Amino acid sequence: MTSAVDPTFNLSSSVAARPDAPPAPAKIKVENLQFYYGSNHALRNINFEVPEKRVTAMIGPSGCGKSTLLRIFNRMYDLYPGQRAEGAVLYDGVNIVGKELDPTIVRTRIGMVFQKPTPFPMSIYDNIAFGVKLHEKLNKAQMDERVEWCLRKAAIWDETKDRLHTSALGMSGGQQQRLCIARTIAVRPEVILLDEPTSALDPISTSKIEDLIDELKQEFTIVIVTHNMQQAARCADITAFFYLGELIEVAPSDVIFTNPKEIKTRDYITGRFG
Amino acid sequence: MSSLAVRRSKDYAVKAISTGFAVLALFLLAWILFTLVQKGLPALGLNVFTQVTLPPGQNGGLLNAIVGSLIQIGIAMVIGTPIGLLAGTFLAENGKTTTVGHVARFVNDILLSAPSILVGLFVYTFLVAPMGGFSGWAGAVALAILVIPVVVRTTEDMLNLVPVGLREAAFALGAPQWKVVMLITWRAARAGIVTGILLAIARAAGETAPLLFTSLGNNSWSTDLSKPMASLPIAIYQYAGSPFDDWVSLAWAGALLITVGVLVLNVASRLFLARNR
Repeated sequence: MTSAVDPTFNLSSSVAARPDAPPAPAKIKVENLQFYYGSNHALRNINFEVPEKRVTAMIGPSGCGKSTLLRIFNRMYDLYPGQRAEGAVLYDGVNIVGKELDPTIVRTRIGMVFQKPTPFPMSIYDNIAFGVKLHEKLNKAQMDERVEWCLRKAAIWDETKDRLHTSALGMSGGQQQRLCIARTIAVRPEVILLDEPTSALDPISTSKIEDLIDELKQEFTIVIVTHNMQQAARCADITAFFYLGELIEVAPSDVIFTNPKEIKTRDYITGRFG
Repeated sequence: MSSLAVRRSKDYAVKAISTGFAVLALFLLAWILFTLVQKGLPALGLNVFTQVTLPPGQNGGLLNAIVGSLIQIGIAMVIGTPIGLLAGTFLAENGKTTTVGHVARFVNDILLSAPSILVGLFVYTFLVAPMGGFSGWAGAVALAILVIPVVVRTTEDMLNLVPVGLREAAFALGAPQWKVVMLITWRAARAGIVTGILLAIARAAGETAPLLFTSLGNNSWSTDLSKPMASLPIAIYQYAGSPFDDWVSLAWAGALLITVGVLVLNVASRLFLARNR
């Protein structure tokens, strides 16, 4: 698992340098992106690519803009007046930050799991059916099948199969978070955004979710925001370091964590600030 | 005296004073309830529920007033609950920062604390006078106007308690706003919203002033909403001021009925809230 540092660094070719990874085309392409909270210029001139069916981690100190960028990918910022984006985020070549595209369509293709588990106040089954019913008309048998499929994908089927119709609020925090991942998978998105998905969980639940991320990248493109650098090193193929609203460096994780090019990146990962 | 001893004695004095006033407040409340039970319970015979108002000395009851109150409160809730629920939802979900939201919230706060007799006069001017007479409808509308601000306020407060993350999670699945509100936020806040509605019923049940100018009261059996209609608070108001002993004790029985009803609603709302937490 070593790759040479390529001075003319390019994402897809660097990923290709790993023995197990064929070249990955960009699923999301960020071009000259600016973002504003009112008059506060939170992201400056971001250019960045998220390769398909890889795990991309975004790291950096609090307030660096990594969560902001994640929330742009599925138009979450649209819910709040006063927040606006300029520039382009191309998803399979289509600009998704433009006003002309309905955010609900973007969110169907690009799902999101939040920092704190957010089970809906209903049964485990209904938590999953809620999202599916928004987009598809399934009969009972098809819905049962879908629920089982996504719970299996989220590695939580065995723990839930006997209590599908009990309240999701009775599960442990780690189970709730995996249910939230299952719920996101159930609408069959192509991209899954994870916003610090393990920061509220214990170490065992965390490692289960990290294993799950590894499984999921077979089928989904994953972007994860994390404060935990070991997690980025363990899970991510690509890591991007943000600082004060700017993208400082992006490279394969093993490069970023062993031999970063930028001084700021090195200072951050060695704990000199942050 | 050391400074520690001074602090201790101050602490003791403040505790003693506040405990004393708490006991005083509870004592007054217990006194009222005791008097109510003492005078109301003996008068609470079967006739109260089976007989309408009869002339003094003929063993009349409160049937017309009980039914009249139930009808008017029922209609008031049917009118007031959806308006209050939707207005409260608007304030919590859309109207946080808009001018319309600020104005609506301000007006609602005024309405919440407005003397209820004003509501009676308002309905008198705009409904009773043009329709040419007192009516059950007018009483129900007056009660609805009292119910709306209570429901608006509790709905808004309860929806504001729903974590932002829950809404965002629903939006993140691609849900349009109306589905997020109806299937997720209402559901998450339903215990609190139902409590607000129960408290609004309790408020409407005890109001006398708005009914004086609207449904007036009626000593005979009537379920015709276009005619004056009896109600418990009005019956209490009439009977308590009368010189006849049996009417006065009927007033006590009516007061006990309302109090027990409100108490049951309060306890029910607390149980409901506790069970759904």
